[in-house]
Amino acid sequence: MTSTNTEILGLFIGVCGLLTLLTIFGEVLRARLDKGHENPVIETFMTRVRSWWAIVILFTLALIAGKGGIIVLFAFASFAALREFLTLTNKRRADHLALALGFFVVLPLQYLFVGLGWQALYTVFVPVYVFLMLPVVSALRGNSDRFLIRVAETQWALMITVFCMSHVPALLMIDVAGYPDDRGVLLIAFLIMVVQIGDLLDFFFGRRIGKTRIIPNLSAKTWEGMACGVVCAAIIGGLLAWMTPFGIFGAAAMAGLASAAGMFGNLVFAAIKADRGVKDWSHLIPGQGGFVDQLDSVIFAAPIFYHVTQLIWG
Amino acid sequence: MSLPRKFAARFVGLAIALFARFITAVRADWQGIEPINKQRVYFANHVSNADMPMIWSCMPPNIRRDVRPVAAADYWLKNKLRAFVGPEVFNCVLVDRRPEARDANHDPMQNILDALDDGSSLIIFPEGNRNMTDDPLLPFKSGLYNMGKARPDVDLVPTWIANVTEIMPKGEVIPLPLICTVTFGAPIHVATDESKDDFLKRASGALVGLAPKDVRL
Repeated sequence: MTSTNTEILGLFIGVCGLLTLLTIFGEVLRARLDKGHENPVIETFMTRVRSWWAIVILFTLALIAGKGGIIVLFAFASFAALREFLTLTNKRRADHLALALGFFVVLPLQYLFVGLGWQALYTVFVPVYVFLMLPVVSALRGNSDRFLIRVAETQWALMITVFCMSHVPALLMIDVAGYPDDRGVLLIAFLIMVVQIGDLLDFFFGRRIGKTRIIPNLSAKTWEGMACGVVCAAIIGGLLAWMTPFGIFGAAAMAGLASAAGMFGNLVFAAIKADRGVKDWSHLIPGQGGFVDQLDSVIFAAPIFYHVTQLIWG
Repeated sequence: MSLPRKFAARFVGLAIALFARFITAVRADWQGIEPINKQRVYFANHVSNADMPMIWSCMPPNIRRDVRPVAAADYWLKNKLRAFVGPEVFNCVLVDRRPEARDANHDPMQNILDALDDGSSLIIFPEGNRNMTDDPLLPFKSGLYNMGKARPDVDLVPTWIANVTEIMPKGEVIPLPLICTVTFGAPIHVATDESKDDFLKRASGALVGLAPKDVRL
């Protein structure tokens, strides 16, 4: 077993320990309730913990499978996210071909370019080529009704769910001096862990000590919760510095940056959901809503994390 | 039906349900009823040929086993493949919509009532045809009223299927993998002194009432 795999296994055991504690915590709370009673908060919590188990196991399997596993996993997550997003966008029959190309050509190609490590292509494919060509496909069908809104929403969907999401596996492709190639998978685990744990703690502290809502009547996020979340993410990032090429302070700074970007991303998605009158993007992950609900902060953090890494350490 | 054929039908049915779930993540929203196996007539809006497989796929297997879509014989008997998929995979109750076929040997309503008397549940599309207009529903045909009148104990469940026009607009070849939601509402029955028109209007209102509000432009 390579040293990277040993470390993945160690991480997996650590995370499983954490989830076991959470599961026991929930079961104890549940057991303390009187017969015939049910607390919806505990039930939601337990559903979420169950979903987390599934995510952690799936993700660990992909990490152990290596580059191919990670790329395929995120390609499927992109597919599910794009499906949720495009379900809510404006479209006409004239966009049918453009949307089908988005699902069945743009998405696979983007992940193929990432898999091949063609950086010059995967960083511009969606924002340049797709941006220019897909509206042509829609325009050729000759329906100009709400045309700009339609193409803008489609492009936004592809940027977020395909382009941004693909920057998570693209972390595998960054060359950092003194950081072995096969440790890229640990960098991905680092990004996802600090962002998701930051979110969790933001939620926890927001409930406990949060007072000032950032956007009243749109999101429950508070400045206090967010500050605590980002600081905790930075501390955890510092503790997990061994996974990264950044050094302790670099890792803490990168974790804080990624976590903050992710939280602001979460606010952007809250605005979109409020505009479309939905509470969740879909129902596919029990207790959490859709893939976009689960991954929104990671989606926002990934390209920034990728490019800052490239800029400073690349 | 021979055993291998029965086996093939089950297998194809499972494949269709899995495919529908993978592509459109089709989801059942049980608003007005519980997902239990009780005799019901699910009446749904009809915009596309994909409607019936979608509703069928989103049902739990124990309900799916006993549910029979009511479908047009002229469509499902057109070729051998359809004749396998319609009657054997979906276990359709075939009715001939053409007026000239209505004679002593074929009374569509009798086929439907026979299926109900067997204990099967049904899926029907009371508009009769696919709705190609911008209105949410076409006027209902009288079939729903007749079966509600003839078998008053059976629950008539409004079933709204959303988004299929965007998944597969008429004339397109590639289905878009958008999320499709099937909403089951509270059951209705024909009241004792209710006229046909009143009942059909009420049924149609109950169905439209399930449509999710669309805030898009």
